[in-house]
Amino acid sequence: MSTQQAEPESQEAPEDPAMKGAESPAADEQNGGGMVDEHAEKAAELEGETVHIKVFRYDPEVEGKQEPRFDDFHVPFEKGMTVLDSVMYARDEYDSSLTFRHSCRQAVCGSDAFFVNGKQRLGCKTQISDLEQPVRIEPLPHQEVVKDLVVDMDHFYDQMHTVEPYFQDEDTPPVDDLEEQRQSPENREKIKMSSRCIWCGACMSSCNIAAGDNEYLGPAAINKAYKFAMDDREGEEIKEHRLRILEQEHGVWRCQTQFSCTEVCPKDIPLTEHIQELKREAVKKNLKFW
Amino acid sequence: MYEHDVIVVGAGGAGLRAAIAANEAGADVAMVTKLHPVRSHTGAAEGGINAALQEGDDWELHAYDTMKGSDYLGDAPAVETLAQNAPEETINLEHWGMPFSREEDGTVSQRPFGGLSYPRTTYAGAETGHHLLHTMYEQVVKRGIQVYDEWYVMDLATTDEDDPNDRECHGVVAYDVQSGNIEGFKANNGVVLATGGPGQAFDHTTNAVSCTGDGHAMAYRAGAPLEDMEFIQFHPTSLPSTGVLISEGVRGEGGILYNSEGERFMFEYGYANNSGELASRDVVARAELTEVDEGRGVDDEYVHLDMRHLGEERIMDRLENILHLAEDFEGVDGLVEPMPVKPGQHYAMGGIEVDENGQTCVDGLYAAGECACVSVHGGNRLGGNALPELIVFGKRAGQHAAGEDLGEPEIRTGYGDDVEDETDTELPVAPGKAGLETSGSVAADGGVAADAEGVLQRKVETARERVDTLMDKEDGVQHAEIRAKLQKAMTDYVNVFRTEEGVKKALEIIRECREEYQDVYVDDPSRTFNTDLQQTIETRNLIDVAETIALGALVRDEFRGAHWRKEHQERKDEEWLKHTLISWDDGEPSIFYRPVILEGENKTYEPKERSY
Repeated sequence: MSTQQAEPESQEAPEDPAMKGAESPAADEQNGGGMVDEHAEKAAELEGETVHIKVFRYDPEVEGKQEPRFDDFHVPFEKGMTVLDSVMYARDEYDSSLTFRHSCRQAVCGSDAFFVNGKQRLGCKTQISDLEQPVRIEPLPHQEVVKDLVVDMDHFYDQMHTVEPYFQDEDTPPVDDLEEQRQSPENREKIKMSSRCIWCGACMSSCNIAAGDNEYLGPAAINKAYKFAMDDREGEEIKEHRLRILEQEHGVWRCQTQFSCTEVCPKDIPLTEHIQELKREAVKKNLKFW
Repeated sequence: MYEHDVIVVGAGGAGLRAAIAANEAGADVAMVTKLHPVRSHTGAAEGGINAALQEGDDWELHAYDTMKGSDYLGDAPAVETLAQNAPEETINLEHWGMPFSREEDGTVSQRPFGGLSYPRTTYAGAETGHHLLHTMYEQVVKRGIQVYDEWYVMDLATTDEDDPNDRECHGVVAYDVQSGNIEGFKANNGVVLATGGPGQAFDHTTNAVSCTGDGHAMAYRAGAPLEDMEFIQFHPTSLPSTGVLISEGVRGEGGILYNSEGERFMFEYGYANNSGELASRDVVARAELTEVDEGRGVDDEYVHLDMRHLGEERIMDRLENILHLAEDFEGVDGLVEPMPVKPGQHYAMGGIEVDENGQTCVDGLYAAGECACVSVHGGNRLGGNALPELIVFGKRAGQHAAGEDLGEPEIRTGYGDDVEDETDTELPVAPGKAGLETSGSVAADGGVAADAEGVLQRKVETARERVDTLMDKEDGVQHAEIRAKLQKAMTDYVNVFRTEEGVKKALEIIRECREEYQDVYVDDPSRTFNTDLQQTIETRNLIDVAETIALGALVRDEFRGAHWRKEHQERKDEEWLKHTLISWDDGEPSIFYRPVILEGENKTYEPKERSY
């Protein structure tokens, strides 16, 4: 049973005094108070450098985890190790109940956005050596926590769907099956950055406005709309339709240009700039300011 | 119980395309996927989509290159269907708004790729798969197709006639990852498996952690044979630390491979005197490992891929994300240093045996994409041929499942009078049953022809019992331990270079994993988002799939495509122009062969020596 090799120290959740003294179920199974000493012993057995991570834990169903807490893990360091590698190691070697989403390990599936040392980042593309220890790993803020690092993404997906996120070419139907629509390299370049979004939700989680206004479309959905609105292959009429969706009460005008979305985007998409550009477009089209 | 006409399992490229096609054919279609669709591994495909779009190119050249690349193990009807339909399907993506890279005149760009006689790889930067995935998901949203995301399909609801050709698939049993509920999904017309590759059978892979061969294993246990599983593609350029893929586009644009002596070894040591770095993937992967084995590797592990000479402008235009990958995952700036690369497991050419319409020998059960074997890739897949496979055969599977008439297929499936039985290979371990009856795929209804709902209901009950057993067990072995052991065995012994002794050793270890799995348990007591439970079920699938890969590698005593055998350094066309088929016969793998189809529409593809 691998959980016996080394254990999370458990507790130490510093923010909420009520959490103090909360034991992890694993700690209970072991010898309770002896945990810290045992852990030190186990950590010493690990040859070479280790990384100290503090991981947020919560499970609505399991008695010992209903009160949120942080568990400590000491993971052997290897060059090139990412935050994702560290939590995977902790799960596979120490505590198989540690839960998080992840899949591609190469920054394209967008499933492992976490709040790491106070910033939204993709676990798989964050080198652990770049971070100050202990590395604090939490679920994305402003989203409901399902369990441990897993948050409910439904609201994020709903907002993405609100902007009609699909190509609409009613004005410019292709002539025949093998006839492509032409797009200039410049226009392709114009939409390139917006098309890189991997739906990780980091931007939405970092946005103060989205945190206070649940109906705000948010940076990801607005950026998705930008991709289509700026694509010359869609006609003028549909562009106007898109701008009408975007300039509604909870649309682009809510953005207060705090740049937090742009700062955390793992794909370097200039989200704030895109939102501002859409505001200008709406003005140019003489759309009514709500 | 949920009910739809067509159930698509998996929501990557093939699944999305199948769902859209079934929807367009008028069926009520639903997708059931263990990830959210935009998280699927198709998003990581970088290279492009081969399609004969330009003047001077045509589908017959594409088909020829594909047959040659396959080392004459592709079935001509499948290869020609791919080449004929790829142009229309690629332009269809353009019509859906996919942001392809563009030429000055506004047409979509195409570039050279390994093994192609014409630069016919259509691409969107070096992130073609990402755009393909998102573009198709957008169309699913547009059509309002029902998606059950984060539902893990555990089993198929198939009847249990003795002959798999007489069986019928009525739906699937899935587990809601968020709540832990297990429910049945009834499919009135058909189930399309589009679950992707089995890369997690290896420990150094470009595949996502979700690529666990679930569809392979479920179809196999339902009686559909797995075909040509020994043919695993090792991509020549993956990053050594993580397995992250560095696109063939780098070599397509002119990137050069160097050994530790600074020699351009593809030419220096005669691995491919004409095509050099752009030889077929199997050729380049073997060349790299030979360099390492002969002491000319960097740090005894990898070689260098250099793109500095292409210039910053071209790199930024066409390969920008490669710079990010090298920087984020290896700490190397591709503009000033060469990148370290080595072969990594990348793609399974084999898979669930299907015909050109995506149908298996089990009525109502379809497969498309990497989990299927039509077969278009034969012994070796050409770069840029996976994405057209997704859209061409994903569409056909969706259409056929929805009831459209696509004509009689030329490719046959299942055990029949055209197959030949395996007779003479000595196996190191008896491939007998190892318990696990509780999770067997065949409904325990004693052969009574039950109604669809009855079959499904019994399967749901079996799945619930299985999960309860795993959760109630308090001690034992954890799946992570078994999975790590399995992955190591496959990488040690069933890798680019294979020996008879090594493959036998792998089979012994796989059998040990199977035995150990009898004692597996789930430590996490929660039903909420229990990834421990999900991975435990996946690990069992990986064991089944790994066993078929190793069995195939053992019986095929020749050297063809990606399958290299030390004791057999030649392609044996007289004996081996045939597919390996492994079926789960009452819980034991049994092996048989079906001849490859080399007769195409206008010509017969005569096997020739494959030189680059």
